Amino acid sequence: MVNLAMKTALENDPTPVAAPAVPVVELQGLEVKLGGRPILQGLNATLSGRCIGLLGPNGAGKTTLLHTLLGFYKTSGGTARVLGRDIRTETREIRSFMGYMPENDAFIAGLTGVRFVRLMAELSGLPPAQAIERAHEVLFYVGLGEARYRAIDGYSLGMRQAAKLAQALVHGPKLIFLDEPTNGLDPVARERMLRLIRDIRDNREGGGVRMILSSHLLRDVEECCDEVLVLKQGKVAVTCDLEAERRSNRNFLDLELRTESGAASDPGFSAALEALGAEVAASSRQRIKVVLPEGVGVRDLYKLAAERKVQIRRLDYKRDSLEDIFLKAMEV
Amino acid sequence: MAVYGRSYRRYAGVLTPTWSRFLIFPRYAYETVFKSKLFVAFYSLCFLMPFVGLLLIYLHHNMSALSFLDLPAEELKKFLPIDNNFFYVGTWVQGALSFLLVLLVGPALISPDLRNNGLALYLSRPFSRSEYVLGKMSVLLILLSAITWIPAILLYLFQAYLDGGAWLGSHLRLGFAIFVGSWAWILFLSVLTLAVSAWVKWRPVARIALIVIFFVSMGFAGVIAEVLDTWAGMLVSPWFVIASIWTQLFNIPVGDGEFLPPPAVAWTALITGGLICLWLLSRRIRAYEVVR
Repeated sequence: MVNLAMKTALENDPTPVAAPAVPVVELQGLEVKLGGRPILQGLNATLSGRCIGLLGPNGAGKTTLLHTLLGFYKTSGGTARVLGRDIRTETREIRSFMGYMPENDAFIAGLTGVRFVRLMAELSGLPPAQAIERAHEVLFYVGLGEARYRAIDGYSLGMRQAAKLAQALVHGPKLIFLDEPTNGLDPVARERMLRLIRDIRDNREGGGVRMILSSHLLRDVEECCDEVLVLKQGKVAVTCDLEAERRSNRNFLDLELRTESGAASDPGFSAALEALGAEVAASSRQRIKVVLPEGVGVRDLYKLAAERKVQIRRLDYKRDSLEDIFLKAMEV
Repeated sequence: MAVYGRSYRRYAGVLTPTWSRFLIFPRYAYETVFKSKLFVAFYSLCFLMPFVGLLLIYLHHNMSALSFLDLPAEELKKFLPIDNNFFYVGTWVQGALSFLLVLLVGPALISPDLRNNGLALYLSRPFSRSEYVLGKMSVLLILLSAITWIPAILLYLFQAYLDGGAWLGSHLRLGFAIFVGSWAWILFLSVLTLAVSAWVKWRPVARIALIVIFFVSMGFAGVIAEVLDTWAGMLVSPWFVIASIWTQLFNIPVGDGEFLPPPAVAWTALITGGLICLWLLSRRIRAYEVVR
């Protein structure tokens, strides 16, 4: 029999995750000081991606930002909203639709995998019967099905990472914070973790789920995220819509050239390309990067090369990699 | 849904009321502690005294049950009256057993969570720091209640039932003393144990710390009393503090040459000690520690 005092998870959840008008995270001049030292300084950003990457070198403030959004740290200025909820006044509501996978090793000693995940589900409000059912399901989902009756203290590092992911998922949150989810994993386990993250991201059931993935590994973010916030020394260095970036860089070419005289490059060829409206940047003595304007194709490029007696030894379609974006942001 | 339906799905079912979630901790803790046969044996032993008390109250009113022993019934009744002293002694015995019980269960309540970064997992859910402390404290409070004030109140009511309404009317203060006295002790014991468990990460060291607080302080208090001829030193020992409170509540005369702090001072010391422990807990129970 259903307890009348109980509410359903949907009643508790007036903000459907798929609502386009509500950004996942809005930072409004957010400032955080820890031990009197400013860690986050005047962060302003609006992030609406399905999977948002939080990038930055060590000590940039990625984890502090996640902890502040979770209400672990008090703000010293400004505020932030998570799916429309103010982190200063609606911490409990935010936590009720959140799942959090911490960076450090975190577990409850003395419990088996299934009891651990079940406990976490119950603390999130699931009745015991549903909690045990979902604990089994989610442990199978993250690949710990066979190990679910083993004590969690005896799990390997990779298994503990998976268990941490399981406890973040078990109550079916609509927003998940993943803090360095591939930390310490071997390549196979890392690939499995990224596959899970992509699977969760692509799931559209019940309005789908949003994720914020904090990492210092560019490849992890590039493989999973569609939007990126880069932090540098506690400040926003750049925000970038990776999907838009990918679309806009369709005409980005990487050329390896050789002139007839054997010279490494021909400045005249670059000038001729620029005259066509292309953007040209020399990446080395023999290589140039070219962004072609609308209406100019590769055929025109070969024509021009023939006229200038320049051999195009190699041509690759490229896009500005996340690494380029990140390095540019770090240079600023 | 079967376990082989392996894909992520949101939860849309019912949720338990928020106020009741702290009770999840006792349920999980008892599943663990009652797996130990040693603990079960000890906990069963804790009910011996209430059982003996029950027997004595019954015999007090049914001396005929001992007629086959050919004993003088009236003299026996005088020898073992069911009065405030009877319940006072019972409270002491159960109070001492309570200490042993928290020594077994208490140190493992918070320290493993701190050692393994478990607090970040708890506090990232709709679950506050106060609810966490309340949940952990209720593990001890429920266990201790079952061996202290609950059996004592049942014995008190049994005695009132056998002796009639007049006894109950004249001994109302005794019921109050059992309830308030036991709660003062188990609350203090619980909050102190949690504070020790929060600050001392190693379980054996936490146990030693509790033994030092309760027994070494007793010796220390005795020395101060002897040397300085004052009750002030008694305030460092929880045993002497609670002794003063119980003697007042149960209306027991303090013996000649016995040093006990005045009850008002003892209450103040107990409440202050409890508040200090809560403050210590609030300093420690955080998802992440800020390193200055």
